[in-house]
Amino acid sequence: MLSKRVIACLDVRNGNLAKSVKFVDTKDIGDPVAKAREYYLDGLDELVFYDITASSDKRNIMLDVVEAVASEVFIPLSVGGGVRSVADATDLRLAGAEKINVNSAAVQRPELINECAEAIGNQNIVLSMDVLRTEVSAALPSGYQIVINGGRTNTGRDALAWALEGEQRGAGELVVNSIDADGTKDGYELTLTAMIARAVRIPVIASGGAGKPEHLYQVLTEGGADAALVASMVHYGDYTVGELKRYLHDRGLKIRLG
Amino acid sequence: MTLILDYEAGNLASVKRACAHVGMAAEYCADPDQLRRAERVIFPGVGAAGSAMQSLRARGLDEALREVINSGTPVLGICLGMQVSLTHSEENDTATLDLIPGVVRRFAFDQPDLKVPHMGWNEVRIVQEHPVLADIQPGDEFYFVHSYFPKPQDSKAVLAVTDYEGDFTCAIGKDNYIGTQFHPEKSAQVGLRLLANFATWNGQC
Repeated sequence: MLSKRVIACLDVRNGNLAKSVKFVDTKDIGDPVAKAREYYLDGLDELVFYDITASSDKRNIMLDVVEAVASEVFIPLSVGGGVRSVADATDLRLAGAEKINVNSAAVQRPELINECAEAIGNQNIVLSMDVLRTEVSAALPSGYQIVINGGRTNTGRDALAWALEGEQRGAGELVVNSIDADGTKDGYELTLTAMIARAVRIPVIASGGAGKPEHLYQVLTEGGADAALVASMVHYGDYTVGELKRYLHDRGLKIRLG
Repeated sequence: MTLILDYEAGNLASVKRACAHVGMAAEYCADPDQLRRAERVIFPGVGAAGSAMQSLRARGLDEALREVINSGTPVLGICLGMQVSLTHSEENDTATLDLIPGVVRRFAFDQPDLKVPHMGWNEVRIVQEHPVLADIQPGDEFYFVHSYFPKPQDSKAVLAVTDYEGDFTCAIGKDNYIGTQFHPEKSAQVGLRLLANFATWNGQC
């Protein structure tokens, strides 16, 4: 039986680890390579790097970070943030990323998903979606919409419709990130996660809002997620990756204990 | 020197990095003559069965690989690199190398709850001891990402199985050849242990 995964997300800006609350007020909190190594040795299942570097001339720093991590961390490594083309995806893959996350650029030009799936394989292309709760309307029947540019721009695109379109275009996995829950530590957006997990046949990674081990348990059971993404709860030392996995295992979930 | 078969100009860096980490000197190889002189060979998976077989044939690597295996050189196939060692693959309806009699099947579509690809960590249960699988303990999990799995004709070729709504074969072997469906290079410490075992394996079982 497949284990549920615990995935840590490291936001990287100019080569440093950053963590935001509701996508604003980012502060740098350390060396991403050291953190990656620590989590790996503690039994992490998968690692996601999200490049939030603003200026494009500093983007190559990210390739160095990926390369440094890939030579000592032997678990799947996923990288996203600013991927606009197959060439961007290929550069990151050569640096050592296994999976590539696309987000805003795919919303603006959905063919990017097809192109990347064709070039690097469906299983290696992850559609990451930032989702905001909204009024149910004819245009937004799911009551959730897609936002881009780090949560600053509403797109008017329905979240459930976008998840299905992403799957159909060849995404191998979905990251469902709730902007409402992000950084709150009040728990994942269970309604949103469950709605999308039920609708698609590709793995769903829940993101945003984890503050307590119980939240991971909820989203992996009630929320129907295949994997739970954590950030600040491990970055600030409130919990270790090992503690979270042991907790989930003791609650009866199938979890890999390293 | 271990040669990593580079038959489709794919991204094989993760395999090479993992080899380096366990002290196994490894180089990429796309040349059949160089391949024939290898001390050991890793045959990784890139792309789909149809295009992989085309690339192997176009470069004369299919014949070289056959000779290498017949000569007793230790060979490790990973994922698609393992799958093409069987006789036939359902992926692109492809005739493959036929080193181990059997077929490669797709996970059943008739189970609506079964997510395909099978992606993530799952337990590997050893059913036949093998030097390359030494020190792998019950409960140890490896990283998988695949939609097809091997079904060898002869049960003696089955080294390990994994449960995904039913058991499928996840490691096969015959003489100096071993192949895994999972990715040792992405499977943390247990994966590195497997690669370290392969680095010192003499090809005998």
